Amino acid sequence: MSERALTCHEVVDIITEYLEDTLSPTERRRVEDHLAVCDGCTAYLEQMRETIRLTGMLTEEQIPEEQKRELLEAFRTWVA
Amino acid sequence: MTDAPLKERTASAEEAELIARLRNGDERAFEALVGRHYGTMLAVARTYVGSRSVAEEVVQEAWLGIVKGLDRFEGRSSLRTWMYRIVVNIAKNRGRREGRSIPFSALAGGNDDAPIDPEWFQGAAERAPGGWRTFPDDWRGIPEDRLVGHETLQRIGLAIDALPPMQAEVLRLRDVLGWTSEEVRNALDLSETNQRVLLHRARSRVRRELDAYLSEGRDDR
Repeated sequence: MSERALTCHEVVDIITEYLEDTLSPTERRRVEDHLAVCDGCTAYLEQMRETIRLTGMLTEEQIPEEQKRELLEAFRTWVA
Repeated sequence: MTDAPLKERTASAEEAELIARLRNGDERAFEALVGRHYGTMLAVARTYVGSRSVAEEVVQEAWLGIVKGLDRFEGRSSLRTWMYRIVVNIAKNRGRREGRSIPFSALAGGNDDAPIDPEWFQGAAERAPGGWRTFPDDWRGIPEDRLVGHETLQRIGLAIDALPPMQAEVLRLRDVLGWTSEEVRNALDLSETNQRVLLHRARSRVRRELDAYLSEGRDDR
């Protein structure tokens, strides 16, 4: 494994692996070494984190009343 | 079981309680469970079948299967993993009967939809090959009100809806519902690498759309 510094493009390509913590310790250190000196990639990483945070604020579609009633009915039948 | 990390043990303790309540016929617990998962199940089912109305039927059928199966649920996987496997199985069967057989590559999105544009980076002949041409915006200067505002979240929702179906599915489970990668892999029967690649493409695309939206009207910089 060469110790060549990662380019910004390479960091962006493996940013999810970095966030998922699935990189080897060596690769992880290379990403961190790069981030320490690169404002562009630091901003990109921050954007990714923010994207994840905001996505977590979405709410999914609610169940229509009719379907809910039908399911509750099935649940009651099952319980009985 | 005793080797499971603390977080998983806590989750399964909560789950054991939920299952006990469901088996005791606790309607509120059931209603809450349905409310929490209905929308995502619908989106997941929609991946495999041709129309929204069929997806609704699939989800309804899946819930009936879940209710009937509760007594037999043995806890070998988490409850929600088990529930989504039921949804996926029914949806796949319906899709097959509809004569829809979509190759994985179409569901997952190919390389032509790459969410990271090579043009953002300097070429081999330039001063710093692989380095940014222009740095990404620093979002920390954007007011929180705007970030979490209705319109921003709506844009994110639209960006997710426009993703190739499997990418949208993985992103919803991971980032909207907060599932672990392991749960998603089990529910959707994906390899570790596929799950991560789908998540990477999906998140990168949503970030890109979000950035395009947030930089609107910021030309004064």
